[in-house]
Amino acid sequence: MSLLVLANIEVRYGRLTAVRGVSLSIKDGDTVFITGPNGAGKSSLLRAIAGVTPASNGTIDFDGYNITGKAPEDIARLGFSMVPEGRDVFGSLTIEENLMVGTGMKAKDRGWKAKRAEDLEAVYQTFPILKERRHGQAGLLSGGQQQMLVIGRALMTNPRLIAIDEPSLGLAPNITDQVYERLIALQSLRALTLLIVEQSSTRANLVGGRMLLMRGGQIVLDGDARELGNSAAVQAAYFGYEDH
Amino acid sequence: MLQIVFDSLSLGSLYALGALGIALIFGVMRLVNFAHGDVIAFSIFALLWPSTDAMAIVFAGQLPWYLLIPFVLLVGAGLSVLCEIVVFRRFRRANPATMMIASFALGFVIRYFLLMLFTSRPKSISLLPMLSQPVEIFGARLPLLQLITIIATVIILIGLTLFLRRTRFGLEMRAAAENFSMARMLGIRANRVIMGAFALSGALAGAIAMIFGSQTGTVDIQMGASIMLMAFIATVIGGLGSLAGAVLAGFLLGAASVIMQVVLPVDARPFRDAFVYGAVILVLLFRPQGLIAARGTKERV
Repeated sequence: MSLLVLANIEVRYGRLTAVRGVSLSIKDGDTVFITGPNGAGKSSLLRAIAGVTPASNGTIDFDGYNITGKAPEDIARLGFSMVPEGRDVFGSLTIEENLMVGTGMKAKDRGWKAKRAEDLEAVYQTFPILKERRHGQAGLLSGGQQQMLVIGRALMTNPRLIAIDEPSLGLAPNITDQVYERLIALQSLRALTLLIVEQSSTRANLVGGRMLLMRGGQIVLDGDARELGNSAAVQAAYFGYEDH
Repeated sequence: MLQIVFDSLSLGSLYALGALGIALIFGVMRLVNFAHGDVIAFSIFALLWPSTDAMAIVFAGQLPWYLLIPFVLLVGAGLSVLCEIVVFRRFRRANPATMMIASFALGFVIRYFLLMLFTSRPKSISLLPMLSQPVEIFGARLPLLQLITIIATVIILIGLTLFLRRTRFGLEMRAAAENFSMARMLGIRANRVIMGAFALSGALAGAIAMIFGSQTGTVDIQMGASIMLMAFIATVIGGLGSLAGAVLAGFLLGAASVIMQVVLPVDARPFRDAFVYGAVILVLLFRPQGLIAARGTKERV
C-alpha cells in the first residue's frame, strides 16, 4: 500500500523553481533515498511535503489523506515526522525536554503518560548516550549526539514515516555509520517508513532500498539502490552528461 | 539606603513585567508589540465609566481586591488575545518590520478609543487605598504598596517560571520561542502557542496597570507609553527574546533610574533620563546582542 503519494509537485521561491513536476509513490515500510547534487530540489521537496514551504502546484496524499496546503503541525499529527537539515535541536532545552516536545499531540489518548514513558525508555535504549545526559542542555551535545537526539525526538511522536534531510551533514564517517546503523535497526523494529535525503549515493548503496536521483528539480533516476550502485547511469544522471 | 533599594526594586518591577510582556511575544513570533503599552492603559480604564470628569467614576473598581485583580488581568489578557486574532494573525507571514508598524497603528487605535471615551485628561483614582499606609522595616518607612509590588512581582516571576518549566504548554512555548518552524513540525499548534503568549503578555499588562494605577493614584491614556518605552529598552538590553534577560534588564533600568536620581547633582537631576539612556547606549555598544543573548533567533518560516 502506498503511504505517500505525490502528484506533479512544483515548488517555487519567487521566480525560482526548485522542484518541477515530481510524481512519486512510496510504499509503507520502505526505505527511500533521495540523492542528487546541490540545488537539485531535494530539500525543497521534503519541505513541501512537510508543509513548511507549501508546494505551488500538485497534490500530496499521506496515509490516505490529502495534505496539500495543510499546516506543518497538522501533517505532523498524521504521522509524518520531519527531521530538517542542520538538525534543529532546541538548544536551550534539556535533552529530555527535547524528546518530550512532540509528544503533546497524543495527550488526549488514554494511557498517554504510560505510553510516553515506555517510548522514552525505548529511545534511551537505542541511544544510551541520551539517557546519560538527559538533564543536560541539548545545545551542548556533539553533532552526532544531536543527530541521535532529533531522530529520537521524531520517534517520540510515533510516526508512520520519518523524513530526514542529510543526516550525515557535518558528521565524521564513523559517526554517520552509527547513526545509520540505529536507523535501520529501528526501522525493522517499528515498521517505519524512511525517506532520507543525501547528497551522495554511496550511503544508499551501502544501506540498500529504493533510490531516487534528483537533478534540476526533477527525478531523473528511480531504482533499487544496490542494483544501481555507482553505475554509469547514476554518474550520468548525477552530473548530467547525457544528451546535451 | 534601604529606601533606595526598595525604590529601585519597585520601579524595576514595573519595567521587568513590561519587558517580560514584550519578550514573550517577541519570542514566539518575532513581533515587537508596541501596542503593549496601550493594553496597559486599557486594562485600567476598563474599571471606569466613560466620562470627561477629572474625578474617575469608578465602576468595576469598587470590587473587593480578590475580584478586582483577576478582573484587570482578564481584561488585559482578553484585549491582547483580541489584538492577535483581529490584527496580528493576518500578519503571520509578514516581515517583522511590517508587524511592528501594524502594532504601532493598533496601539494608536486603542489609545484614541480611550481618548474618545475618557478624554486625554488624567483622572485621579484610588485603587486599593488600604495599601498606601506606610510600614516600617529595618528603620525605613515604606509605603505598604511598594512592598506588595515587589512581592507580587516576585510571585508572578516564580509563577511564570514554574509554568514555563513544569507544564506541557510551557514546554511547547519554550520550544516554539526557540525554533517556531521546528516546533510546528513536531505537531505543536502555532495558533494556540501564540494566543497563549498574547494572553500571558496581556495579563502582565493588567498587572502593571494595577500596580501603576495604585502607585500614582492617577490614570492617564498615555500611562502605558512611558512604561512601554523603558520596558522595550529593557528587552533589547536583556537580549531580545530572552525572558531572563528582559527581567534582569528591567530591574537594572529601575535601579539605574533611582540611583541616578540620588547621586546626580541637583542641577542635573531634571536630565536624569538622558543619563539613563546614555548608560543604555554604553551597554549596547559593549554587548550589542544583549546581556543574555537569546538562543535560536532563527528566522520564523
